[in-house]
Amino acid sequence: MQLTAATILIGGEAGQGLATVGHLLTKTLVRAGYDVVVTQDYQSRIRGGHNTFAIRTTLPGEGPRVAAPSASVDILVALNQETIDLHTPALTPGGVLLMGQAMSAHDVNALAVPYKELIPKPIFENVAALGVLCGLLGLDRAHPARLVTEQFQKKGQDVIDQNLAVLAKSHDWVEQQPHGFGPLAKAPARGEHLALNGNEAVALGAMAAGCTFCSYYPMTPATSVPMMLAAHAETVGIVVEQAEDEIAAVNMVLGASYAGARAMTATSGGGFALMVEGVSLAGMTETPLVVFLSQRPGPATGLPTRTEQADLTLALYAGHGEFPRAIFAPGTIEQCFHLTVHAFNQAEKAQTAIFVLSDQFLADSVRNVEPFDLAALPPAVLPDRSDDAPESYQRYAVTESGVSPRRLPCAGQSLVVLDSDEHTPDGHITEDLAVRVTMHEKRLRKHALLRTDAIPPDYDGPPTPDLLLACWGSTLGAVQEAAALLRAEGQAVGVLHFTQVWPLNPDHFLPRFAQAGKVVMVEGNHAGQLANCIRMETGFAMTQCITRYDGLPFTARYILDRL
Amino acid sequence: MLNTDIYGEFETAWCPGCGDHAILKSLKQALAILEIEPHQYVHCSGIGQAAKTPHYLRCNCFNGLHGRSLPPAQAIKLANPDATVLVSSGDGCSYGEGGNHFLAAIRRNVDITVIVHDNQIYGLTKGQASPTTSEGSKTKSQPWGVTNQPFNPMAVAVAMRANFVARSFSGMMEHLTDMIVQAVRHPGFSLVDVLQPCVSFNKINTFSWYKERCKPIDPAHDPTNWEAAMQVASVFGQTIPVGVIYKNDRPPLGARYKTLAAGPLHERTPNLAAVERIMQTFA
Repeated sequence: MQLTAATILIGGEAGQGLATVGHLLTKTLVRAGYDVVVTQDYQSRIRGGHNTFAIRTTLPGEGPRVAAPSASVDILVALNQETIDLHTPALTPGGVLLMGQAMSAHDVNALAVPYKELIPKPIFENVAALGVLCGLLGLDRAHPARLVTEQFQKKGQDVIDQNLAVLAKSHDWVEQQPHGFGPLAKAPARGEHLALNGNEAVALGAMAAGCTFCSYYPMTPATSVPMMLAAHAETVGIVVEQAEDEIAAVNMVLGASYAGARAMTATSGGGFALMVEGVSLAGMTETPLVVFLSQRPGPATGLPTRTEQADLTLALYAGHGEFPRAIFAPGTIEQCFHLTVHAFNQAEKAQTAIFVLSDQFLADSVRNVEPFDLAALPPAVLPDRSDDAPESYQRYAVTESGVSPRRLPCAGQSLVVLDSDEHTPDGHITEDLAVRVTMHEKRLRKHALLRTDAIPPDYDGPPTPDLLLACWGSTLGAVQEAAALLRAEGQAVGVLHFTQVWPLNPDHFLPRFAQAGKVVMVEGNHAGQLANCIRMETGFAMTQCITRYDGLPFTARYILDRL
Repeated sequence: MLNTDIYGEFETAWCPGCGDHAILKSLKQALAILEIEPHQYVHCSGIGQAAKTPHYLRCNCFNGLHGRSLPPAQAIKLANPDATVLVSSGDGCSYGEGGNHFLAAIRRNVDITVIVHDNQIYGLTKGQASPTTSEGSKTKSQPWGVTNQPFNPMAVAVAMRANFVARSFSGMMEHLTDMIVQAVRHPGFSLVDVLQPCVSFNKINTFSWYKERCKPIDPAHDPTNWEAAMQVASVFGQTIPVGVIYKNDRPPLGARYKTLAAGPLHERTPNLAAVERIMQTFA
């Protein structure tokens, strides 16, 4: 029987190369035309511990694509005995365990891979594992061979040939084994897809938006965004500066932004907590600020490498005083890219702080996506490049929209005066309380602009569902899958996914809520933060909140068990 | 030399007799000598009386948060290498709240000039000890006398081999002007620590206290000699040496960013062709 889906979980210690095997297999599957969703689970240590790299692969088909981890495992790849002990209970009845010869299985269909026979040196173990996995899944040999060739291009033909030999030998070996694991049904032909994780898509989005400055202090799970920007800084034209702390990072972004750079910072909750006074400065000085906030469980240092969605209220209330902001929450790799581009434009348009709220699950989750159409991106919103009448230029001129023409210092004759104190329209410090009221109201008017531009939540389902599952950010995939399973049982289920969680426009979702039987919010925190926010804004109370805060991403099973 | 009138005349919120008045005047003189017009430079500051300086000048101004003048100042210079970037802030702002940024800025060595108005007291919050207040000084917040050792900005900056380290006194305006001119001309991170009286809250380090003690550094001092500079930087008592204590010629950070060779960042447009190529590496 041919399979239309499989979950491959590779487990072992950090440093054993499980991510390398995982990435190679992921890319092979994507090139072979399958959909993938990767879930990485790792500990806050460099070597040792127990890590997993899980690839859930599906045949592309009708309906929403699978975009969540699975609770069960079809192929368990054990790089150590601990993996077998921990994950065998998740192995499906038809599943198979791949292990080294020195390990022992617990009464399951197991294959002990004779690595010593298959490879000349331990360094080839990753490629051997790839060969065995491709053989088990019945993948066309050309895909892994091409990938391995590309991978070792820089090391010369000799190294390529040795690796190709190991790949073929491993593939041959597994084909001779009576493992009984059905091959994946052949995927239909499709155009080229990319294998991208959430943070890579965010970094690409920043580059496509014309980001020219990024300062940051390293913090999991946000760091890979500035790392990727740094890797391409000279090609694309970005200054990436590692700051002494998060306070410096956000203040640097504001300085660069003031000087006309399209600037961003990237951090997680603990680092963002330090940036809060800088967010307030962005609000008062009306300086565009893009914050990529990748959530992990807190409070304090929490679970540094796990996932959660509990910093929505932090982003919403960060900063003292009142000022407008917008918060975007991507749920897919495509949204990571497009919402990052949008964040840069909204930051310039409303001249304030804009957040892209992601999390560890999405940060590390590799999925296949069609290449982004860069030519179709909206034109970049830019500062006022004129230098007319510089003598009368006022940085904070009072306008109906609240947005003042933003000129740049040292780019013309106009003088640009910015102040964290309350200020007059020309930017100078004031304690005139009537001016205070005028300026405060001017700034707050920009909220209306962000609200008018609010992206409506995406709805999928019948007009009057018995059950409406609401969610935001990375929870989308698990919710879609839970809904699909319920619909297969004949239930009328709708899914409403918020990609913009602030400001909210109740017209976008209250009518949907009214038409649904039960409305259940699914989010990765204890309080039901978006549910509370919606109640605060509209008075609407959810029928139920399904929450998760054990550090792991939602699965469809988790949701169904709690409905 | 430009006419100092172009920097404007503003009513200030400073006390009569405050050293800030003289620092502002010297600053205008220095800018005029340097022939920097108001639109060609950015003046950054933190919070405190000194930090109000850019509001009393015609200039581009980034008056940010307490202790946070240095991160935006460095970023402004990195974002626009054509701009001259100056920072004015007090001893609390620069050496207390912003201490980590001070150390990091010296290490980073962006081409900016930092003028610290050092009156050895918190003036704006009405008389608490600052990082440079002398041990034993009685203040409202330390009625038993300050027990912390005072921070020595000169010794720290020299120890870390900052690119330009100088001290002056607001009562020596010509000297101060010269220090600022030299600091701005010197590439990399430049520090001018300016001693100044706080007439309202510092009854110890008064104008006459500084006047008696501030003496130009021996002209034989070689500011490129690090050991000698450490010696001079450690002196603060009956005599306070003023002048250029240390000079280094480590290249400024901006020079190491290839991205900046093409000029100010605000002139860039998204390089979509490059993004397309990077995107294809994920296929």
